[in-house]
Amino acid sequence: MNQVLAFSTVDVVPERGAVLAQLGIPPGAPLAERIEGLVTAAAALFVEHVAPAGILAEIPRETFASVYRGEGLNAPASPVETIAERAEHLALFAVTLGQGIGDALDRLFAAEDFALAYTLDAMASVAADGAAELAEQRYETILRGRGWATPDGAALRYSPGYCGWDVTGQRTLFASLEPGRIGLTLTDSCLMRPLKSVSGVLIAGPRTIHRFPPSYDFCDRCETRTCRDRLVALFTGARA
Amino acid sequence: MPVLTELADAVILGDPARVGALTRQQIQAGVPPKTILDDGLIAGMTVVGDRFRVHEIFLPDVLLAAKAMYAGMDELRPLLVRDGVPSIGTVVIGSVRGDLHDIGKNLVGIMLKGAGFDVIDLGHDVPPEKMVQTAQEQGAAVIGMSALLTTTMPAMGEVVELLRARNLSGTVKTVVGGAPVSAEFAREIGADAYGFDAGNAVDVVKDLVGRR
Repeated sequence: MNQVLAFSTVDVVPERGAVLAQLGIPPGAPLAERIEGLVTAAAALFVEHVAPAGILAEIPRETFASVYRGEGLNAPASPVETIAERAEHLALFAVTLGQGIGDALDRLFAAEDFALAYTLDAMASVAADGAAELAEQRYETILRGRGWATPDGAALRYSPGYCGWDVTGQRTLFASLEPGRIGLTLTDSCLMRPLKSVSGVLIAGPRTIHRFPPSYDFCDRCETRTCRDRLVALFTGARA
Repeated sequence: MPVLTELADAVILGDPARVGALTRQQIQAGVPPKTILDDGLIAGMTVVGDRFRVHEIFLPDVLLAAKAMYAGMDELRPLLVRDGVPSIGTVVIGSVRGDLHDIGKNLVGIMLKGAGFDVIDLGHDVPPEKMVQTAQEQGAAVIGMSALLTTTMPAMGEVVELLRARNLSGTVKTVVGGAPVSAEFAREIGADAYGFDAGNAVDVVKDLVGRR
Protein backbone atom coordinates (compact mmCIF):
# COMPACT_ATOMS: atom_id res chain seq x y z
CA MET A 1 0.00 0.00 0.00
CA ASN A 2 1.43 3.32 -1.08
CA GLN A 3 -1.01 6.18 -1.36
CA VAL A 4 -1.55 9.90 -1.18
CA LEU A 5 -3.84 10.91 1.70
CA ALA A 6 -6.47 13.54 1.04
CA PHE A 7 -7.15 15.93 3.90
CA SER A 8 -9.70 18.71 3.91
CA THR A 9 -9.10 22.06 5.57
CA VAL A 10 -11.66 21.16 8.22
CA ASP A 11 -9.67 18.00 9.01
CA VAL A 12 -6.64 20.00 10.10
CA VAL A 13 -8.10 23.12 11.74
CA PRO A 14 -6.73 22.85 15.28
CA GLU A 15 -8.71 23.16 18.49
CA ARG A 16 -8.60 26.58 20.09
CA GLY A 17 -7.35 25.22 23.42
CA ALA A 18 -4.41 23.50 21.76
CA VAL A 19 -3.46 26.69 19.96
CA LEU A 20 -3.60 28.69 23.19
CA ALA A 21 -1.43 26.07 24.88
CA GLN A 22 1.07 26.34 22.02
CA LEU A 23 1.10 30.10 22.61
CA GLY A 24 2.03 29.44 26.22
CA ILE A 25 -1.39 30.43 27.56
CA PRO A 26 -2.53 27.99 30.24
CA PRO A 27 -6.11 26.64 30.34
CA GLY A 28 -8.48 29.00 32.11
CA ALA A 29 -6.18 32.01 31.91
CA PRO A 30 -8.13 35.24 31.41
CA LEU A 31 -7.75 36.24 27.79
CA ALA A 32 -7.68 39.87 26.70
CA GLU A 33 -10.00 40.79 23.85
CA ARG A 34 -6.99 41.66 21.69
CA ILE A 35 -5.66 38.11 22.06
CA GLU A 36 -9.07 36.68 21.16
CA GLY A 37 -8.93 38.91 18.09
CA LEU A 38 -5.51 37.57 17.16
CA VAL A 39 -6.67 33.97 17.37
CA THR A 40 -9.70 34.74 15.21
CA ALA A 41 -7.60 36.57 12.62
CA ALA A 42 -5.00 33.78 12.56
CA ALA A 43 -7.74 31.18 12.07
CA ALA A 44 -9.05 33.08 9.05
CA LEU A 45 -5.55 33.24 7.53
CA PHE A 46 -4.99 29.57 8.31
CA VAL A 47 -8.13 28.52 6.46
CA GLU A 48 -7.23 30.77 3.54
CA HIS A 49 -3.71 29.43 3.06
CA VAL A 50 -3.60 25.84 4.28
CA ALA A 51 -3.28 23.11 1.65
CA PRO A 52 -2.93 19.87 3.60
CA ALA A 53 -1.75 16.62 2.05
CA GLY A 54 -0.23 13.36 3.18
CA ILE A 55 1.39 10.23 1.93
CA LEU A 56 1.56 6.75 3.37
CA ALA A 57 3.63 3.77 2.22
CA GLU A 58 3.83 0.42 3.96
CA ILE A 59 7.29 -0.98 4.41
CA PRO A 60 8.56 -4.44 5.45
CA ARG A 61 10.33 -4.59 8.81
CA GLU A 62 13.70 -5.46 7.23
CA THR A 63 13.48 -2.55 4.79
CA PHE A 64 12.53 -0.21 7.60
CA ALA A 65 15.58 -1.36 9.55
CA SER A 66 17.70 -0.14 6.66
CA VAL A 67 15.80 3.17 6.42
CA TYR A 68 16.15 3.62 10.17
CA ARG A 69 19.88 2.82 10.10
CA GLY A 70 20.30 5.77 7.73
CA GLU A 71 23.81 7.12 7.88
CA GLY A 72 24.69 5.29 11.07
CA LEU A 73 24.29 8.27 13.36
CA ASN A 74 21.42 7.02 15.57
CA ALA A 75 21.79 6.62 19.32
CA PRO A 76 23.34 3.24 20.26
CA ALA A 77 19.96 2.15 21.62
CA SER A 78 16.59 3.73 20.94
CA PRO A 79 12.92 2.96 21.54
CA VAL A 80 12.16 3.24 17.82
CA GLU A 81 14.14 0.16 16.81
CA THR A 82 12.87 -1.83 19.78
CA ILE A 83 9.25 -0.94 19.08
CA ALA A 84 9.64 -1.53 15.35
CA GLU A 85 10.94 -5.04 16.04
CA ARG A 86 7.63 -5.81 17.78
CA ALA A 87 5.45 -4.14 15.14
CA GLU A 88 2.72 -5.96 13.30
CA HIS A 89 2.68 -3.39 10.52
CA LEU A 90 4.90 -0.47 9.53
CA ALA A 91 4.38 2.44 7.17
CA LEU A 92 6.44 5.48 6.31
CA PHE A 93 4.46 8.69 6.19
CA ALA A 94 4.70 12.41 5.56
CA VAL A 95 2.13 15.17 5.97
CA THR A 96 2.33 18.85 5.08
CA LEU A 97 0.22 21.96 5.40
CA GLY A 98 1.67 23.30 2.14
CA GLN A 99 3.82 26.31 1.33
CA GLY A 100 1.00 28.86 1.55
CA ILE A 101 1.16 29.06 5.34
CA GLY A 102 4.93 29.66 5.27
CA ASP A 103 4.52 32.40 2.69
CA ALA A 104 1.80 34.05 4.77
CA LEU A 105 4.08 33.95 7.83
CA ASP A 106 6.92 35.56 5.88
CA ARG A 107 4.60 38.35 4.76
CA LEU A 108 3.34 38.99 8.30
CA PHE A 109 6.84 39.20 9.74
CA ALA A 110 7.95 41.48 6.90
CA ALA A 111 5.00 43.74 7.79
CA GLU A 112 6.09 43.62 11.46
CA ASP A 113 2.77 42.05 12.41
CA PHE A 114 4.59 39.90 14.93
CA ALA A 115 1.73 38.89 17.17
CA LEU A 116 -0.44 37.67 14.33
CA ALA A 117 2.54 35.92 12.72
CA TYR A 118 3.39 34.15 15.94
CA THR A 119 -0.23 33.15 16.51
CA LEU A 120 -0.53 31.76 12.98
CA ASP A 121 2.77 29.93 13.40
CA ALA A 122 1.53 28.34 16.63
CA MET A 123 -1.73 27.36 14.93
CA ALA A 124 0.15 25.78 12.04
CA SER A 125 2.49 23.86 14.35
CA VAL A 126 -0.48 22.36 16.18
CA ALA A 127 -2.19 21.61 12.86
CA ALA A 128 0.88 19.87 11.42
CA ASP A 129 0.96 17.59 14.46
CA GLY A 130 -2.77 17.06 14.07
CA ALA A 131 -2.29 16.04 10.44
CA ALA A 132 0.31 13.50 11.55
CA GLU A 133 -2.21 12.14 14.04
CA LEU A 134 -4.74 11.90 11.22
CA ALA A 135 -2.23 9.82 9.27
CA GLU A 136 -2.04 7.46 12.26
CA GLN A 137 -5.82 7.14 12.31
CA ARG A 138 -6.06 6.64 8.55
CA TYR A 139 -3.47 3.87 8.74
CA GLU A 140 -5.36 2.16 11.54
CA THR A 141 -8.56 2.39 9.49
CA ILE A 142 -6.83 0.92 6.44
CA LEU A 143 -5.40 -1.93 8.51
CA ARG A 144 -8.76 -2.69 10.14
CA GLY A 145 -10.38 -2.68 6.70
CA ARG A 146 -7.93 -5.39 5.79
CA GLY A 147 -8.90 -7.47 8.81
CA TRP A 148 -6.33 -6.26 11.36
CA ALA A 149 -7.90 -7.64 14.49
CA THR A 150 -5.51 -6.83 17.31
CA PRO A 151 -8.07 -5.68 19.90
CA ASP A 152 -5.99 -2.93 21.49
CA GLY A 153 -4.03 -2.20 18.32
CA ALA A 154 -2.74 1.29 17.66
CA ALA A 155 -0.40 3.00 15.22
CA LEU A 156 1.91 5.63 16.67
CA ARG A 157 4.36 7.84 14.81
CA TYR A 158 8.08 8.29 15.36
CA SER A 159 10.16 10.83 13.48
CA PRO A 160 13.82 11.41 12.62
CA GLY A 161 15.29 13.97 15.00
CA TYR A 162 13.52 12.48 18.03
CA CYS A 163 13.90 9.53 20.40
CA GLY A 164 17.43 8.63 19.28
CA TRP A 165 16.61 8.54 15.56
CA ASP A 166 19.12 10.95 14.07
CA VAL A 167 17.67 13.65 11.86
CA THR A 168 19.90 12.48 8.97
CA GLY A 169 17.50 9.53 8.83
CA GLN A 170 15.31 11.90 6.80
CA ARG A 171 17.52 11.19 3.79
CA THR A 172 16.82 7.46 3.64
CA LEU A 173 13.22 8.05 4.63
CA PHE A 174 12.72 10.49 1.76
CA ALA A 175 14.53 8.21 -0.68
CA SER A 176 12.14 5.40 0.21
CA LEU A 177 8.90 7.38 0.58
CA GLU A 178 9.35 9.86 -2.30
CA PRO A 179 7.15 12.58 -0.75
CA GLY A 180 7.90 14.92 -3.63
CA ARG A 181 4.49 13.71 -4.81
CA ILE A 182 2.91 16.01 -2.21
CA GLY A 183 5.40 18.82 -2.72
CA LEU A 184 7.82 17.96 0.06
CA THR A 185 11.55 18.40 -0.38
CA LEU A 186 14.54 17.98 1.89
CA THR A 187 17.38 20.48 2.29
CA ASP A 188 21.04 19.51 2.69
CA SER A 189 20.61 19.94 6.45
CA CYS A 190 17.67 17.48 6.46
CA LEU A 191 15.05 20.16 6.88
CA MET A 192 11.69 19.59 5.25
CA ARG A 193 10.17 22.22 3.03
CA PRO A 194 7.43 23.37 3.47
CA LEU A 195 8.45 23.84 7.10
CA LYS A 196 5.07 22.90 8.55
CA SER A 197 5.41 19.21 7.74
CA VAL A 198 5.92 16.00 9.68
CA SER A 199 7.47 12.75 8.48
CA GLY A 200 8.41 9.46 10.05
CA VAL A 201 7.24 5.92 10.56
CA LEU A 202 3.89 4.64 11.79
CA ILE A 203 4.35 1.58 13.95
CA ALA A 204 1.21 -0.52 14.39
CA GLY A 205 0.75 -3.23 16.96
CA PRO A 206 -0.67 -3.82 20.45
CA ARG A 207 -0.60 -0.58 22.42
CA THR A 208 1.79 -2.07 24.94
CA ILE A 209 4.65 -2.23 22.42
CA HIS A 210 4.80 1.57 22.51
CA ARG A 211 5.56 1.67 26.23
CA PHE A 212 9.15 2.60 27.04
CA PRO A 213 10.81 4.19 30.04
CA PRO A 214 12.35 7.63 29.45
CA SER A 215 15.73 6.36 30.59
CA TYR A 216 17.77 6.61 27.41
CA ASP A 217 20.78 8.95 27.40
CA PHE A 218 19.05 11.33 25.00
CA CYS A 219 15.95 11.57 27.21
CA ASP A 220 17.83 13.80 29.67
CA ARG A 221 18.56 16.31 26.92
CA CYS A 222 15.09 16.15 25.39
CA GLU A 223 13.19 19.42 25.63
CA THR A 224 9.89 18.31 24.11
CA ARG A 225 8.86 15.10 25.91
CA THR A 226 5.96 14.81 23.49
CA CYS A 227 6.49 11.03 23.44
CA ARG A 228 5.26 10.95 27.05
CA ASP A 229 2.16 12.99 26.22
CA ARG A 230 1.32 10.69 23.33
CA LEU A 231 1.83 7.58 25.46
CA VAL A 232 -0.39 9.00 28.18
CA ALA A 233 -3.05 9.80 25.58
CA LEU A 234 -2.78 6.29 24.18
CA PHE A 235 -3.34 4.61 27.51
CA THR A 236 -5.86 7.00 29.02
CA GLY A 237 -8.21 6.87 26.07
CA ALA A 238 -7.59 10.52 25.19
CA ARG A 239 -6.63 9.13 21.81
CA ALA A 240 -9.22 6.93 20.13
CA MET B 1 -0.87 61.29 34.59
CA PRO B 2 2.47 62.46 33.10
CA VAL B 3 2.51 62.00 29.34
CA LEU B 4 5.57 59.74 29.44
CA THR B 5 3.71 57.45 31.83
CA GLU B 6 0.77 57.49 29.43
CA LEU B 7 3.18 56.60 26.65
CA ALA B 8 4.57 53.69 28.65
CA ASP B 9 1.01 52.52 29.33
CA ALA B 10 0.15 52.69 25.63
CA VAL B 11 3.16 50.46 24.94
CA ILE B 12 2.02 48.04 27.64
CA LEU B 13 -1.47 47.93 26.10
CA GLY B 14 -0.05 47.38 22.63
CA ASP B 15 -1.69 50.45 21.09
CA PRO B 16 0.53 51.59 18.19
CA ALA B 17 -1.68 54.51 17.14
CA ARG B 18 -1.60 56.02 20.64
CA VAL B 19 2.12 55.36 21.05
CA GLY B 20 2.80 57.14 17.76
CA ALA B 21 0.60 60.10 18.69
CA LEU B 22 2.02 60.50 22.21
CA THR B 23 5.58 60.23 20.92
CA ARG B 24 4.93 62.98 18.37
CA GLN B 25 3.29 65.08 21.07
CA GLN B 26 6.34 64.76 23.32
CA ILE B 27 8.72 65.58 20.48
CA GLN B 28 6.71 68.72 19.71
CA ALA B 29 6.75 69.62 23.40
CA GLY B 30 10.54 69.62 23.24
CA VAL B 31 11.17 66.58 25.41
CA PRO B 32 14.61 65.16 24.53
CA PRO B 33 14.26 62.08 22.30
CA LYS B 34 16.46 60.04 24.62
CA THR B 35 14.11 60.83 27.51
CA ILE B 36 11.07 59.78 25.47
CA LEU B 37 12.87 56.57 24.57
CA ASP B 38 14.03 55.70 28.09
CA ASP B 39 11.11 56.95 30.19
CA GLY B 40 8.32 56.17 27.74
CA LEU B 41 9.01 53.37 25.28
CA ILE B 42 11.66 51.33 27.08
CA ALA B 43 9.96 51.90 30.43
CA GLY B 44 6.79 50.38 28.96
CA MET B 45 8.63 47.44 27.46
CA THR B 46 10.43 46.82 30.74
CA VAL B 47 7.08 46.44 32.50
CA VAL B 48 5.92 44.14 29.70
CA GLY B 49 9.06 42.01 30.08
CA ASP B 50 8.63 41.82 33.85
CA ARG B 51 4.96 40.80 33.58
CA PHE B 52 5.83 38.21 30.96
CA ARG B 53 8.52 36.72 33.20
CA VAL B 54 6.01 36.15 36.00
CA HIS B 55 3.35 34.83 33.57
CA GLU B 56 0.96 37.72 34.12
CA ILE B 57 0.84 38.22 30.37
CA PHE B 58 1.76 35.98 27.44
CA LEU B 59 3.95 36.14 24.38
CA PRO B 60 1.27 37.56 22.06
CA ASP B 61 0.87 40.47 24.51
CA VAL B 62 4.63 41.05 24.37
CA LEU B 63 4.55 41.04 20.58
CA LEU B 64 1.65 43.50 20.46
CA ALA B 65 3.60 45.76 22.82
CA ALA B 66 6.70 45.45 20.62
CA LYS B 67 4.71 46.49 17.57
CA ALA B 68 3.43 49.50 19.51
CA MET B 69 6.95 50.40 20.58
CA TYR B 70 8.09 50.30 16.97
CA ALA B 71 5.47 52.96 16.16
CA GLY B 72 7.19 55.24 18.65
CA MET B 73 10.65 54.28 17.43
CA ASP B 74 9.68 55.21 13.88
CA GLU B 75 9.12 58.76 15.14
CA LEU B 76 12.20 58.87 17.35
CA ARG B 77 14.83 57.13 15.24
CA PRO B 78 15.77 60.09 12.99
CA LEU B 79 16.04 62.34 16.03
CA LEU B 80 18.17 59.89 17.97
CA VAL B 81 20.51 59.66 14.97
CA ARG B 82 20.56 63.46 14.64
CA ASP B 83 21.46 63.82 18.33
CA GLY B 84 24.10 61.10 18.12
CA VAL B 85 22.41 59.08 20.86
CA PRO B 86 24.07 55.67 20.89
CA SER B 87 21.95 52.54 21.31
CA ILE B 88 22.82 50.28 24.20
CA GLY B 89 24.48 47.97 21.71
CA THR B 90 24.24 46.38 18.28
CA VAL B 91 23.40 42.72 17.98
CA VAL B 92 23.70 40.67 14.79
CA ILE B 93 21.26 37.77 14.77
CA GLY B 94 20.50 34.94 12.39
CA SER B 95 19.56 31.31 12.02
CA VAL B 96 22.76 29.47 11.17
CA ARG B 97 23.78 27.97 7.85
CA GLY B 98 21.39 25.26 6.71
CA ASP B 99 18.64 26.27 9.12
CA LEU B 100 15.47 27.83 7.73
CA HIS B 101 13.61 28.19 11.03
CA ASP B 102 12.90 31.83 11.76
CA ILE B 103 10.34 32.09 14.48
CA GLY B 104 12.58 31.82 17.57
CA LYS B 105 15.21 34.08 16.09
CA ASN B 106 12.52 36.61 15.12
CA LEU B 107 11.17 36.65 18.68
CA VAL B 108 14.64 37.30 20.06
CA GLY B 109 15.11 40.16 17.59
CA ILE B 110 11.78 41.73 18.49
CA MET B 111 12.50 41.54 22.21
CA LEU B 112 16.07 42.85 21.82
CA LYS B 113 14.73 45.87 19.92
CA GLY B 114 12.16 46.32 22.64
CA ALA B 115 14.98 46.46 25.17
CA GLY B 116 16.70 49.21 23.20
CA PHE B 117 19.28 47.31 21.16
CA ASP B 118 19.99 47.91 17.50
CA VAL B 119 19.36 44.60 15.81
CA ILE B 120 20.71 43.51 12.45
CA ASP B 121 18.70 40.46 11.43
CA LEU B 122 20.50 38.48 8.74
CA GLY B 123 17.57 36.09 8.35
CA HIS B 124 18.02 32.35 8.01
CA ASP B 125 20.59 30.03 6.45
CA VAL B 126 23.34 32.54 7.29
CA PRO B 127 26.93 31.43 6.57
CA PRO B 128 29.41 31.89 9.47
CA GLU B 129 31.53 34.27 7.41
CA LYS B 130 28.57 36.59 6.85
CA MET B 131 27.75 36.71 10.57
CA VAL B 132 31.30 37.58 11.53
CA GLN B 133 31.84 40.03 8.70
CA THR B 134 28.59 41.87 9.46
CA ALA B 135 29.43 42.07 13.16
CA GLN B 136 32.85 43.48 12.32
CA GLU B 137 31.55 46.02 9.81
CA GLN B 138 28.67 47.18 12.01
CA GLY B 139 30.64 47.27 15.25
CA ALA B 140 28.28 44.76 16.84
CA ALA B 141 28.87 43.80 20.44
CA VAL B 142 27.08 40.45 20.16
CA ILE B 143 26.26 37.79 17.58
CA GLY B 144 23.10 35.82 18.40
CA MET B 145 22.73 32.46 16.65
CA SER B 146 19.70 30.21 16.42
CA ALA B 147 19.47 26.58 15.31
CA LEU B 148 16.56 24.18 15.38
CA LEU B 149 18.33 21.16 13.97
CA THR B 150 21.15 19.06 15.33
CA THR B 151 22.59 19.02 11.81
CA THR B 152 22.99 22.80 11.76
CA MET B 153 24.33 23.32 15.29
CA PRO B 154 28.00 22.82 14.30
CA ALA B 155 27.83 26.06 12.28
CA MET B 156 27.58 27.88 15.62
CA GLY B 157 31.01 26.55 16.55
CA GLU B 158 32.37 27.75 13.22
CA VAL B 159 31.29 31.31 14.02
CA VAL B 160 33.00 31.13 17.41
CA GLU B 161 36.14 29.78 15.75
CA LEU B 162 36.12 32.49 13.07
CA LEU B 163 35.90 35.19 15.73
CA ARG B 164 38.79 33.59 17.57
CA ALA B 165 40.88 33.32 14.39
CA ARG B 166 40.36 37.03 13.74
CA ASN B 167 41.10 38.04 17.33
CA LEU B 168 37.55 39.30 17.75
CA SER B 169 36.49 37.07 20.62
CA GLY B 170 37.10 39.83 23.16
CA THR B 171 35.04 42.44 21.34
CA VAL B 172 32.23 40.41 19.77
CA LYS B 173 30.45 38.10 22.19
CA THR B 174 28.34 35.14 21.11
CA VAL B 175 25.03 33.82 22.38
CA VAL B 176 23.38 30.65 21.08
CA GLY B 177 19.87 29.27 21.37
CA GLY B 178 17.28 26.99 19.79
CA ALA B 179 15.47 23.78 20.67
CA PRO B 180 18.40 21.32 20.45
CA VAL B 181 20.92 23.78 21.91
CA SER B 182 21.93 23.64 25.57
CA ALA B 183 24.18 25.48 27.99
CA GLU B 184 26.49 22.48 27.83
CA PHE B 185 26.71 22.76 24.02
CA ALA B 186 27.41 26.50 24.33
CA ARG B 187 30.33 25.73 26.65
CA GLU B 188 31.60 22.97 24.35
CA ILE B 189 31.88 25.27 21.35
CA GLY B 190 33.21 28.19 23.39
CA ALA B 191 30.18 30.48 22.99
CA ASP B 192 29.94 33.21 25.60
CA ALA B 193 26.34 32.50 26.56
CA TYR B 194 23.21 30.44 26.03
CA GLY B 195 19.68 31.80 25.97
CA PHE B 196 16.96 29.28 26.77
CA ASP B 197 14.15 31.44 25.40
CA ALA B 198 13.60 34.86 23.85
CA GLY B 199 13.12 36.64 27.19
CA ASN B 200 16.18 35.02 28.68
CA ALA B 201 18.21 35.86 25.58
CA VAL B 202 17.58 39.55 26.20
CA ASP B 203 18.83 39.26 29.80
CA VAL B 204 21.85 37.31 28.63
CA VAL B 205 22.72 39.88 25.96
CA LYS B 206 22.32 42.67 28.52
CA ASP B 207 24.78 40.83 30.75
CA LEU B 208 27.21 40.43 27.87
CA VAL B 209 27.23 44.18 27.19
CA GLY B 210 27.22 45.06 30.89
CA ARG B 211 23.79 46.67 30.92
CA ARG B 212 22.09 44.78 33.71
